[in-house]
Amino acid sequence: MELLFFGSLTDITQVEKMSMDTIIDTDSLKELLIIKYPGFQKAKYFIAINQQMVHQNTALKQDDIVALMPPFSGG
Amino acid sequence: MPGFGIKAQEKLLAAKVLVVGAGALGCSSIQYLAGAGVGTIGIVDSDLISESNLHRQLLYYPTDIGKKKTSIAAKRIKLQNEQIVVDEYPFAFNRKNALELIGAYDLVIDATDNFQTKYLINDATAILAKPMIFGAVTRYEGQLSVFNVGFQDLPANNYRQLFPIQPKEGETGSCEQMGVLGVLPGIIGTMQAAEAIKLITGIGEPLVGRLYNYHLLQGKGYELCIQTKQTMPAMSISEFMALVDEVDFNCENGIDAGNDIEKVDEMEDVEEINVAKFQTLRKHPDVFVLDVRESHEYPSINFSDLQIPMSELMSKITALPDKEICVICHQGIRSVYAAQQIQLQRGLKVYSLKGGLTAYFNQEPS
Repeated sequence: MELLFFGSLTDITQVEKMSMDTIIDTDSLKELLIIKYPGFQKAKYFIAINQQMVHQNTALKQDDIVALMPPFSGG
Repeated sequence: MPGFGIKAQEKLLAAKVLVVGAGALGCSSIQYLAGAGVGTIGIVDSDLISESNLHRQLLYYPTDIGKKKTSIAAKRIKLQNEQIVVDEYPFAFNRKNALELIGAYDLVIDATDNFQTKYLINDATAILAKPMIFGAVTRYEGQLSVFNVGFQDLPANNYRQLFPIQPKEGETGSCEQMGVLGVLPGIIGTMQAAEAIKLITGIGEPLVGRLYNYHLLQGKGYELCIQTKQTMPAMSISEFMALVDEVDFNCENGIDAGNDIEKVDEMEDVEEINVAKFQTLRKHPDVFVLDVRESHEYPSINFSDLQIPMSELMSKITALPDKEICVICHQGIRSVYAAQQIQLQRGLKVYSLKGGLTAYFNQEPS
């Protein structure tokens, strides 16, 4: 499974991409990220699996590409 | 050019586009709208030109420092195309003037630099069913999408579908704080103008149902489908109007000031509580948390005891237990009405969470 981080989320992870062992679902992924990077506790973002935005807890598979997209406000 | 003839040019001449914000996104989109021959361009911005703007707001020169952005932008694009009408609004776009301003135009370009105005444009354009061309930048990345308009079988989306909870101002940093490479808003603003021209003339596929993320350093775009089965509504007109006279609860002062003050609205006779008090009350076994949002609204939460949509509340009001009740909703407006009704019908002690889940999710984690 590959994770992609955008915008200010890369300040937390220090990387734009990360490979990870498969996690059961998106809720577990969010919890794991908070444990690994406490900065995620406050972070606002939505999750997209294989370029499709999901808001409900969704199962993840080995070959999924999971994007974490925060809001930007600059202009 | 195939697909772009005199008819398309006439449509552009007849079109009225409102650009909210004459900063970096605004400067580039305004220039291309004028160049393309958009007949009427409205520009809203209360700012004066400052030196730090010049590297990315290319309508302005060093000799313009201290002058109004709207008047200089209007002057420059009139030099470029003297046939167009430019409406100048040298004041802040706010909840009081949003509907009237947007109502006079066919579509809106969001060229703002803060969440408060982005959500305001989103909600106002959704209420008036006018297209909103959303753009935002941070450092080396930009986002772009077209909201409040459908295309072929794609229904209209809005910004709240992506981010239902409005972030606190400064939470993700402005261009002034985070920095931005000047050319980036130039690119995104130009793309916003392109989307406007596509919508007006009816050529091509507008960015409906998709969020486009451009990464300047990688030279790459990443596109996300934002179409979901569940659609998140923008704010309703009654919620929008109810907030007109409210202090904005999302700004720093709104949430943090008055944490220990319980504000009682005497007119409504409903006790509005802040997030800190809600956190204390909800853990109490004799307090019942009622969510009055509609079933399709998100984010989903795990701390309510029951969800009864506002539309069904009156028929189900007897189902509520004889406890103290905390009513919550998205913005803290519907919950006041709901609390009032429950108090009236059931005579229970009822609280409403001020600022709703927006305030809740913007609270510092404890």
